[in-house]
Order: sequence, then structure tokens, then C-alpha cells
Amino acid sequence: MNGWDWSAVVDFMPRFRDGLILTLRVLVLGSLLSFTLGLVWAIGFRAGTRLVRWPVHAVTEFIRNTPLLVQLFFFFFVLPEWGVQFSGLTTGTIAIGLHYSTYTAQVYRAGIDAVPAGQWEAATALSLPVGRTWTAVILPQAIRRIVPALGNYVISMLKDTPLLAGISVLEMLQQSRLESASTFQYTEPLTVVGIAFVLIACPASLLMRALERRLVH
Amino acid sequence: MTAGLWTQWMLPGIWITVQLTLYSAALATVVAFAVGTARTRRARPVRFLAGLYTEIFRGTSALVLMFWLFFVMPSLFGWALVPMWAAVLALGLSYGAYGAEVVRGALNSVAPAQREAAVALNFTSWQRLRLVLLPQAVPEMIPPFSNLLVELLKGTALVSLLGVADVSFAAYLVRLATQESARIYSVTLVIYFVLAFALTRGMRTLERKTRAGAGVVATPGGAR
Repeated sequence: MNGWDWSAVVDFMPRFRDGLILTLRVLVLGSLLSFTLGLVWAIGFRAGTRLVRWPVHAVTEFIRNTPLLVQLFFFFFVLPEWGVQFSGLTTGTIAIGLHYSTYTAQVYRAGIDAVPAGQWEAATALSLPVGRTWTAVILPQAIRRIVPALGNYVISMLKDTPLLAGISVLEMLQQSRLESASTFQYTEPLTVVGIAFVLIACPASLLMRALERRLVH
Repeated sequence: MTAGLWTQWMLPGIWITVQLTLYSAALATVVAFAVGTARTRRARPVRFLAGLYTEIFRGTSALVLMFWLFFVMPSLFGWALVPMWAAVLALGLSYGAYGAEVVRGALNSVAPAQREAAVALNFTSWQRLRLVLLPQAVPEMIPPFSNLLVELLKGTALVSLLGVADVSFAAYLVRLATQESARIYSVTLVIYFVLAFALTRGMRTLERKTRAGAGVVATPGGAR
């Protein structure tokens, strides 16, 4: 049993900064991937033919109902067997983006369903081509409503980035483990990381709540 | 994968995952109802503390919390937890915080006239909660709880990083033994999917039962 040692906190700072930067990088790239892929799934949900709709439903439901950690291991160990050599960081970013795309797909779907039917009819009446209908009429109205919900998933994604430590990506948690392994100080690095998550996530979720009030209602 | 590996690791692993899910869900339910009802109380300090709890535990990452409970608590406070219980505590506390928001939302969605009627009938606040508010609020809570339960099931995979021998950990060991990554991880993913499916089905039955118990007739948007 030993107490709290501020010098261990100071010693941890360089590693912590590297970990934080890497975490944020994973978060930004993973979010972009999940936003893009989620939209693809959401458009797939509305496809005219069952041949597209059913597989999209099946795949997204499967990904959404299985643990991200196991998916990470799946990609980390199986992709090299298929001859694809990615770093842990790339694999992790892709896996987390793919996992969260199945959540954002549901958000997009709700947003698209909430656009009044009159808008679709008006686009048809004006004989807008399908592409213009989506980009100029439906999506601008849908996305405005779903920004807060997407933001909440970005926050969830932030809280899932420590899982990448499992495939030895040097994000915040893994940096704290390395620090502990070299200095035998277990208390301070892990506590700093835990507090960092709360300090980032709480203001971000307050911001999302404020956005929700402004954009949705 | 040979039969020996199945009976040695995978089947006990599935059992550990199920146990972890049930124990954490039980703890999370207790926390969710305690904190969620506290957030609807009139006393400001109670509301503030409950709000603080939800903000902190929703803000932190379940995995970091788990590591913290397992590695830091012993050196800081002198209590050591078995990995299994550190995991249950971490999952229960953080998913309980998510559940508290669900409980609060459902309690607030009960028509205000119901609460007023209970006050007019001179019910104590405990009777009001138990006999009037909860029977109407619980059916509303079940669909979001069902989602949280699936999230919790997925969250139990994190315990493999603490060395608890759940399905994910078993998969890792079997992979080391046989080097058949694609097969083993596909089977593991399917196992989780089947468990999640069973949980969702069970929750749907529970929803029907509680709705019938509260005598609620489905009238979308009505009776507000």
C-alpha cells in the first residue's frame, strides 16, 4: 500500500501526451469512417431490392451485436492470414469505424425517416434525379437533426478506444501500462488516464445536449 | 478445433460470460433504480449527487475503470479484488449509470396526473413509487434496457484483458494452440451473437408480461 505520488504524474506526462494524440487520431479517423460507412448502410436499408436490403440488415445486426474486442482480434489475427498486412493502429481504426458505422447507420435511418414524405414527393414532382434528391433535399434536412446523436456516438467511440490496447496500439491506456511496467507506479498513470476520459467526455456530452436543444427542437 | 479444446476452454468460457452478464446486470439494475429514482427526488443534494454519479461513470471508459479497480485500488486503499469481481463491479457501475438515465426518463414520462392522484390519495412517497409510478414506467424501460443488456454482454469481453477465462479469453488460448484464427474468431463472434439474440428475445417476453401486469393497453400517443 502506497500513497499518491505527484512526481509519478509528472513523469507520465510525455507518454500521456503521445497516447492522447494517438487516441484523438484514432477517434477522428474512426468517426469519419463510421459516418461514411453508416450512410452507405442507411442507404442500403432503403434499397429497392431485397437482395441488397437483407444482406445489409444481416451484416449490420451481426456487427452491432458482437463485441468490438473480439472483432479487433478477428481483424488483427485474420487479416494477415489473408495476406493483408496492416499495423495494429490501422486495424484498430478500421475495426472501430466499422463497429460504430452500424450504430450511425441506425441514426441516419431515423434521421432520413423523419424527413416528411412531402419532401420526397416534392422532389419527385420537380423531377429531380435520385442523386440530387438525396444530396440537395433529404440529407441536408436529415443530417441537421442527427448531429447530436452522431456526436454521442463519437463520445462512445472515445470511451472504446482503450480496447485498442488489446492489440498493442499505444493509446492512452497502453501508454499507462508501459509506464507502470517501467516505473512500478500503478496508481498514478492509470488514474490520470481515467480522469482524462471523464474530463473529455463530460464537457463533450454537455455540448451535445446543448446542440440537441438548438438543432432538433 | 478439437473436442478437448471445446470442453476444456470454450464451454466453461461461455458459462463465465453468461455469469458475468447476469451478475453485472443485477448490479447495474440495482444501481440504475437507486440512482435513477434519486434523480427524480425533490431534495437538491440527492439530485446533485445522483447526477454527479451518472456524469462520472458515463464519462469514464469501462475498460479503464476495470483496470483501475483491479490495479489501483489495492495499492491505494489496500483492498484487492478477484479479477471476476473487479469486472462485475466495473461493468455494473458504468452500465448502471446508463441505466439510471433510462429509469429517470421513464419515471418522468409517467403522466403527471398519476403522481398528483397518488398525492391526493395520501400515498407515502414509497407507495407512490411502488404502486403508481413504477408499474407504469417499467414497461417503458424495457426496450432501452434490452439494448443496454446487449451492450453489457459485449462489454463482458473486456474481462479477457484481465485474464478472466471467458469466451474471448478461451478463443485467444485456442488460437495460440491451433493457429486457426479465422475459424476460432468466427465461432466466437457467432456465440456472442446467439447470446445477444437470446437476451433480446427474453427481454421482449418480459416487456409483454410487465405491460400486461400494468394493465396498459397500447394507445400510441394517447392518454397523456
